[in-house]
Order: sequence, then C-alpha cells, then structure tokens
Amino acid sequence: MSFWEYANPVKFMALSGRVLPFATVLATSCLLTGLVWGFFFTADDFKQGSTVKIIFLHVPAALMAINIWLMMLVASLIWLVRRHHVSALAARAAAPIGITMTLIALFTGAIWGKPMWGTYWAWDPRLTSFMILFVFYLGYAALWQAVEDDDTAADLTSILCMVGSVFALLSRYAVNLWNQGLHQAATLTATKQSPIDASYYYPLLVCIVGFITLFITLVLLRTRMHIRLRRTRALLAREAAQ
Amino acid sequence: MIPDLGKYATDVLSAYAIALVLLIGLVGLSLRQSAKARKALNDAERKSRK
Repeated sequence: MSFWEYANPVKFMALSGRVLPFATVLATSCLLTGLVWGFFFTADDFKQGSTVKIIFLHVPAALMAINIWLMMLVASLIWLVRRHHVSALAARAAAPIGITMTLIALFTGAIWGKPMWGTYWAWDPRLTSFMILFVFYLGYAALWQAVEDDDTAADLTSILCMVGSVFALLSRYAVNLWNQGLHQAATLTATKQSPIDASYYYPLLVCIVGFITLFITLVLLRTRMHIRLRRTRALLAREAAQ
Repeated sequence: MIPDLGKYATDVLSAYAIALVLLIGLVGLSLRQSAKARKALNDAERKSRK
C-alpha cells in the first residue's frame, strides 16, 4: 500500500474518520495532564517566580507555530509537484491553527517579558521574525479567502508559503544567527541535555505532546471540512450547469 | 485551589486565560464550521439525488 493512496479524498476521509477519536482523546488527556501538572504541581523558580508556569503554554505554542508553517510548506510542495488536492486543503486547514499558536506564543511571551525583561515587546531578532511569521499566516489565510478558484488559490498560497518559510526558519534560528537581543536560546534541544530542571521538563514534554496531538486532531477535522466544502461546491456547480 | 502565585499572579493568570480562550475558541470554531460543512454537503447530496 502506498502513502499516496491517502491523497484520494475518499480514502483520506475513511482513514481520518478512524484516527480522529483516538487523536481527540490523546490530545485532551495530554493537554489536561500537562497543564494541570505544570500549573498546580510545579514549584516557583528561584529567579522567575511563578512566571515560570507560562513556559507550559509559551514553549509548545511557539514550537507549533514554526512547525505548522513547515508542515504547510511540505503540503504545498506536494500540491505543486503532484497536484493532490488533499495536500493543498491540509495546508489550508493548518493555517488558522498556526495563527492561534503564533498569537498564544506572542501574548504569553509578552506577558512573561514584562516582569522578566521589563518590557512587553522589543525588536529582538526572534520576536521580530515571529511577528513577521504571524503576518505571513494572516496573508496566507486571506489569500485563500480572496481567490475564488480553488486550484489558483492553492498555487498562489503555495508560493506564499515558500517565501514565508524563510521567516519560519529565521524564527527558529534567530537566537543562533544573531547573538543579540533579549530572547534566550531554545529551552529544548534535540542534541544537548535540557537546561531546565526535571520538575519542569516532564510536564513541559506532556504539554508539547498535547499541543502536537491537538494540532493533528484539528488539522484532520478541518481538512475533512474543506473536502466536504469542495464536494458541496462541485455538486452545486454541476446542478447549476444542468 | 489555585496555588499561591505571589506578585506575578496577574501575569500568570492572564497568560493562561488568554491561551485557554484562544484554544477553546479555535476548537469551538473548528467544530462549528465542520458541522456546517457536513450539513451543507448532506443537503447538496440530497438535492442532487432528486
């Protein structure tokens, strides 16, 4: 069986219908566990006080904001190369989730920044590239709304997605590329040992799994919605032509 | 019930409130739009069968 079989909307609907209930249960339980653990059962940090509890929202949201754009890039490239409608619709479905994640990261970061840095906002490389990524998300969603023909909209948004990927990557690596600004280096890295204490690390991991599974749940739900809307438009157009 | 958040209570609570409102809003909107799309497709299919 080939992966590309799921580019067929009927097969995608059947598979996603089976996966959705499990993804929903996993997302709900991980988010509830992680956030309750982080909020109620972690001690205050000796420097940051209780504001350390904001990392359980800020870090997963920021991680998702960048990676959702990269998922949209992959889906857009699949659309451009193989012309599979489901991949274009999946990219479209992911955009509002990315917008929400970027907003959460920006708001929670600003709220944490005021007591820790003395300011809600600074034109720091990571913050600025994140703000630009947010504008790209808005532009991407607006472009889908503005263009009537689905295929043309998918082509144009795919190109916009490729351009915006520069800022998604800059958001990720800004603190490494420019050794200046207020934002500290990444809290979690795949290669090095985590710089944060285990009492924060484990609830944070549970929250990250919760945000990832919430994204999977919502992107499946929203892709199914766009497939249904597309089918509805096709049926109505066929009826109008008769 | 709520842990003692000290002098940063407003900051921490407002961060959680904003994030939860945005997450719940996104989930609610997605469910509502999804239900509308399902209904629209059912109606269109019923019509096309007639």
